[in-house]
Amino acid sequence: MISMSSLVSVFLDTFWDVLPIALIIVFFQIVVIRKKLPNTPRLILGSFYVLVGMALFLMGLEKALFPLGRLMAEQLTNPNFLQQSSTFNALEEGLSTLNWQDYYWVYFFAFAIGASTTIAEPALIAVASKANQISGGTISAWGLRLAVALGVALGITLGCFRIVTGTPVYYFIIAGYVLVIIQTLRAPRAIIPLAYDSGGVTTSTVTVPLVAALGLGLAESVPGRNPMVDGFGLIAFASLFPISSVLAYAQFTEYLSNRKNNDSEHLDHLED
Amino acid sequence: MLSCCRDLLPIILVIAFFQLVVIQQPIDNIVELLSGTLLVIFGLTFFLVGLDMSLFPVGETMAISFAKKGSVFWLMAFAFSLGFGTTVAEPSLIAIADEAASVAASSGSIADSDAERNEYAAELRYTVAFAVGFAIMIGVLRILRGWPIHLMIAGGYLLVVFMTAWAPDEIIGIAYDSGGVTTSTITVPLVTALGIGLASAIRERNPMLDGFGLIAFASLMPIIFVMGFGIVKL
Repeated sequence: MISMSSLVSVFLDTFWDVLPIALIIVFFQIVVIRKKLPNTPRLILGSFYVLVGMALFLMGLEKALFPLGRLMAEQLTNPNFLQQSSTFNALEEGLSTLNWQDYYWVYFFAFAIGASTTIAEPALIAVASKANQISGGTISAWGLRLAVALGVALGITLGCFRIVTGTPVYYFIIAGYVLVIIQTLRAPRAIIPLAYDSGGVTTSTVTVPLVAALGLGLAESVPGRNPMVDGFGLIAFASLFPISSVLAYAQFTEYLSNRKNNDSEHLDHLED
Repeated sequence: MLSCCRDLLPIILVIAFFQLVVIQQPIDNIVELLSGTLLVIFGLTFFLVGLDMSLFPVGETMAISFAKKGSVFWLMAFAFSLGFGTTVAEPSLIAIADEAASVAASSGSIADSDAERNEYAAELRYTVAFAVGFAIMIGVLRILRGWPIHLMIAGGYLLVVFMTAWAPDEIIGIAYDSGGVTTSTITVPLVTALGIGLASAIRERNPMLDGFGLIAFASLMPIIFVMGFGIVKL
């Protein structure tokens, strides 16, 4: 059960993580800027909320979602489960070999867990709300979050496929970079910095632990993979693909608005 | 509160679906599961309320004060300490660095002893923290000067591609991952607010075009530095 003492210890852990940031801010504020921050009591109350929020959030994840998510990652990558779901290959040939197609539940899980954890990522919620505010509402917070979630989902699915087939990480990463560079040349300029940011934002509290468990479980169960080497790399996929998907989202909304403008121009002509 | 439930609904659905339909095994401690989910919802609500009260305004007012003060040196010092200080103690980075040290020890690049491994892990951690500090500094300088971000990032990616060819195999996966783990839930809103605050304080800058992008540097620079670290260590 969730006890008060474990809550306090999680709270203290979070406090120690945040302390260096707080010290840096206080030092520069007092020594360099030498001005009081406006609304200090409100800021302190807000910081306290952030601390409590992080502690409760982490503790809840650790109690409920992470153990289950890890267990599921283990069960789905378990060779026995895979044999069972492998419909004909292994049974008919009487061999214990699995093809990359037999891991379909793993890919599906990777996609679903990648997308759903990204939607719950607090840092992304923060950046999306800021982007919505700064852009004056042209960038919708939900649209951005969905685009990022789709990118993470695709990235992690592809990363799992890579672990199963054993293709080197850098083939995919380099191809991804080339794609991002090409998209950068064509995408609307205002989205570019935000798209680049979204790669780094996605991988924090919620996504990393679950994705790492999936990668390590998969690398352990696929014959010929070394968990030390192949377990890495999923996070890289999860931070590269959102850049591409956010750029694509911006290109798509621009295309839609262009078409709408063209349509209304056509209508104007007809009315003339 | 309601929006937080909506944010968490997808995870709950995914886990429930796989548990009930695919794995088909009973869940032992349903009480713990429900109470944990409740905690997550409360936690997220508190975090988001606190965010608007503290992290965002702190980042923005500090950026504006620095811009008024006009001292580039102190702004750079602040940017570097923020990047370095928030990264060096980051738990996920510590985990990755330890894992990387075991990989290096098992592949024979360093001797397989605790002292060697700890030294390797610490060096790697400082390399990444330094890279993030440097990245935020460069990113802030970019906002001040108005340098084009896409050229800088594309140049960085080309450098990464080029370095991948040179770097030892076992460092590549770790280098790519180290870019993703450095940006924590507290750092991201603070750094974002810093960038937007600076871009709004400087008249010729546009917050949308120039304010974002600091996180991008913070995720790219560690990849370059860690690969450099791998090449030097070779």
